[in-house]
Amino acid sequence: MNLFKKRKYLPVGNDGQSDTKKDGANEANTPSVPEGMYIKCPSCGQAIYKKSIGASKICPECAHYFRVSSKERVRMTADAGTFQEFDKKMEAKNPLNYPDYEKKIKTMQEKTGVSDAVVCGKCKIGGFDTVLCVMDSGFIMGSMGSVVGEKITRAFEFATKNKLPIIIFTASGGARMQEGIVSLMQMAKVSAAAARHSEDGNLYVTVLTDPTTGGVTASFAMLGDIILSEPKALIGFAGRRVIEQTIKQKLPDEFQTAEFLLEHGFVDKIVERDCMNNVLTEILRLHNPKGCERSE
Amino acid sequence: MYLQKFYDSIIRKVVNAVSNNAASEIVKIARKVSRPSALEYINHIFTGFIEFHGDRNFKDDKAVVGGIAMLDDMPVTVIGIQKGHSTEENIERNFGSPHPEGYRKALRLMKQAEKFNRPVITFINTSGAFCGVGAEERGQGEAIARNLLEMSTLKTPSISIVIGEGGSGGALALAVTDRVWMLENSVYSILSPEGFASILWKDASRSKEAAELMKITANDLLELGIIDKVIKEVPGGAQNDFAFTANLLKSKLRVELEELCAKDKETLLEERYQRFRKFGAFTE
Repeated sequence: MNLFKKRKYLPVGNDGQSDTKKDGANEANTPSVPEGMYIKCPSCGQAIYKKSIGASKICPECAHYFRVSSKERVRMTADAGTFQEFDKKMEAKNPLNYPDYEKKIKTMQEKTGVSDAVVCGKCKIGGFDTVLCVMDSGFIMGSMGSVVGEKITRAFEFATKNKLPIIIFTASGGARMQEGIVSLMQMAKVSAAAARHSEDGNLYVTVLTDPTTGGVTASFAMLGDIILSEPKALIGFAGRRVIEQTIKQKLPDEFQTAEFLLEHGFVDKIVERDCMNNVLTEILRLHNPKGCERSE
Repeated sequence: MYLQKFYDSIIRKVVNAVSNNAASEIVKIARKVSRPSALEYINHIFTGFIEFHGDRNFKDDKAVVGGIAMLDDMPVTVIGIQKGHSTEENIERNFGSPHPEGYRKALRLMKQAEKFNRPVITFINTSGAFCGVGAEERGQGEAIARNLLEMSTLKTPSISIVIGEGGSGGALALAVTDRVWMLENSVYSILSPEGFASILWKDASRSKEAAELMKITANDLLELGIIDKVIKEVPGGAQNDFAFTANLLKSKLRVELEELCAKDKETLLEERYQRFRKFGAFTE
């Protein structure tokens, strides 16, 4: 009988001010975690103490690779103090007059500290001179519009002129929709620049990182002489949802992962983040016409 | 005098009604099942077309047709993305959505054209490259990327014509050419207006609005400098008078190919490079 009877609880007094919490006036007494001290791993769902993921940004619980910004990637990849950025101030215009596109760009610039979704420059890796481009998935999903296309094209042209190798870390949801057909044309523009770089016998290495899809996959990402990838990165042409809608079937988890592409012959090698520098250095060394000459 | 004014105003109205077709109306015409297909243009414009099959790696993709033919007295390589006029035909042609092997077949034929110094003419009509498991397994992205790279340095003149839908990378993979033309009632875009509305506004039903915003019609793209020429159609679309559009296209092709063939290879390739190099809207 008593089962459904509402039990009465005695209010626990807090110096006789039991209502303060409700009023939100006594927050100093509640335990709190400083903003950004913990982050949730998107793979295992654990709350991870931020400092424990280390410089490589790898989850200590499940070895998930956190996405890294272009600036962090440059820091992880280029020899300290060698990176000289190109076209730092290039900004997108609004060819379609897409509503609020300028505002969106401004917001993203403030959030990320970069002018668009790629950072390009020259640097040394393991002592070898190279051109390096790093895409930033934090900037409108790393999408390729005029700025990404122009910067990478110029990076290729610089590398061709100076007979340098070029390394591109891709991370992109594809073409930038807000720039319409102009974004599509970037695919042709960059690919043509890659062709000239290649025709002159220069080395091009792509490193596919999570995610590399759409128009970036269908242009320069797949044109490297050597195509590396980080483990488990999502790589594909069409979006997973689009394919599921087209074929009316659920796709397996491993579909469009780096491992899937390796198995089907579209990736040369999967390289752990901690080893990436060594592998890139060895590749550059092997393509250096002067053999093992190194500059400190 | 008054009669003259009256006639003029009517003529102006009619001309406006025809040429200022809303983009969403042009999308409808471009997608019409009755819209003339690549093979119809190929068979009308050229003589002695011999179709060649297969990419030499996996299979023959029926969404892409190609082979050799004569344009009057000039041997050419022709390639097209083929849609059908009925459901059966469309199933056979995969609704004009090529797999990687389709793009690889096209590339094989283009490299063959380069070897024998034949100009390449491509007819584009696709809503996009196919999105499926096999297409991903066999590298749809790689196939398109390879075509962009190879076409940009192909040592023979090339012209592409969008005859219906020019859907994204799947269309661009046959359109890195010296000249890019469009039929008046065709569209060329980064993705379909439905896809654009659904990605950016999470609402596919706003596709009409997207179509107007995206600048996808032949006249808009001519103004943007993305394409070089618009080929006229009769009111309502090329299906209403196929011979008119096909004959017009043929005469334009002849003139243009004479001009392109007269250029030395270095000039041709440099101009093609610069044609695509200039695209971009940015400040620094």
